Amino acid sequence: MARLTALKALLQRFSFLLLVLASIALMMVGRVDPALIEGTRARVTDAFVPILDAISRPAATAAHIVETFVEVAEVHKENKQLRLENARLLQWKQAALRLEAENNSLRSMLHYKEEPKASFVSARVIAAPGGAFLRDVVVTAGRRDGVRRGQAAVAGPGMVGRVVEVGEWSARVLLITDINARVPVVLDSSRQRAVLAGDNSDQPRLMYLPPDAQVAVGDRVVTSGDGRLFPAGLPIGVVASVSDRLIKIQPMVDLGKLEHVQLVDFGLPGGLVSEAERLSSFK
Amino acid sequence: MTISVWQRLDLAGRSLAPVAVTVMLVLLGMVPLYLPGYDRVVPSLALMSVYYWAIHRPDLVPPSVAFAIGLLQDMLAGTPLGVTALVLVLCHWVVVSQRSFFLANSFMMLWVGFGFIVLGSVWVQWLAFSVLSLRMVSLQAPLFQALLTLALFPMFAWFFIRVHRAFLREL
Repeated sequence: MARLTALKALLQRFSFLLLVLASIALMMVGRVDPALIEGTRARVTDAFVPILDAISRPAATAAHIVETFVEVAEVHKENKQLRLENARLLQWKQAALRLEAENNSLRSMLHYKEEPKASFVSARVIAAPGGAFLRDVVVTAGRRDGVRRGQAAVAGPGMVGRVVEVGEWSARVLLITDINARVPVVLDSSRQRAVLAGDNSDQPRLMYLPPDAQVAVGDRVVTSGDGRLFPAGLPIGVVASVSDRLIKIQPMVDLGKLEHVQLVDFGLPGGLVSEAERLSSFK
Repeated sequence: MTISVWQRLDLAGRSLAPVAVTVMLVLLGMVPLYLPGYDRVVPSLALMSVYYWAIHRPDLVPPSVAFAIGLLQDMLAGTPLGVTALVLVLCHWVVVSQRSFFLANSFMMLWVGFGFIVLGSVWVQWLAFSVLSLRMVSLQAPLFQALLTLALFPMFAWFFIRVHRAFLREL
């Protein structure tokens, strides 16, 4: 009897060890061959989308209610601001119309080859599951809606991330603040190229800038289009702080408050998007 | 006295309660709350649940179930598969092997014990993420996450105790 309990205890301890080893083995497999795990992950996510969708709705509603109260309290001030902004934007509109006409006539003279038209899918954010070590969101659009790996995710004024995993009716977007996110960018004013790299904080940093580059707080950062991963000129953020070796970028969009995103297919032929689709280890 | 089918179903349903609660908390923890900074310090609800049930009903949440719940969390969260599973299995291991310490009657001790577990889990996760991404990951957000998890523990422990009493009193 005593022997039996001892055996049982041994087996139990052994099962712990087995499970620990299994976890570590899974981590290694995921590291060596992410494609192997990704299909399963997308399917599991798909399966839980209805539940996540349902339980995320009350939170969204509550957030809306709170927002409404805040808005009501500030409506007067905001109205004044918006009037001023509207007047300014109307002037800009005239300028834009003039420039568009000029652009069109110049293009027709040059036989300029236009970039393909972009199409997009709008999706609701139903989960922000990353926690402290990862910045990602799950959205309610997938392969059936035409979402593909590598597409840019845009919300309001700027780019927020990139599709890294696609299920039938859900997709995972890696945010630009994630530690694994890299976006080729260009500083709008100086045309200086760099790479925007996330570090899991709210403000990603600029990398690979030459030491003599002129960077000032407030400079706009847009995608450079290098590698044909994203089209050139998508706004991402503005320079928030410049110190000796660290340049932090404030994203255009508050990534903690993402409710809807647009997954954009820019129809760029070739480039890294198709490569990303083919090479599923690309992440 | 023989047990009827319905009683057996009832028993099975009740003994599933801890697992059901844990899975529900995994999903709840992923809901975006639109609070500034919240998405970076989301408390680890599954850890609380596994900790509580490993102390009080390790028979209903065995290590293999903790492992499976961890895998589910990893699958949905997009974290490297196995990280959360490892954390939950280790938590289970520590708790079961030191059960006499954790089973102490005072709630304070339960809380203090959870403090150790949370710190350990942050350390294991940090190590795993740093090794997997080949660089030192920042510890700031994870430590805040640990603090928030620890601070919210009494609330959830109360909930677990309610579930425990409601479903598992005579089991």
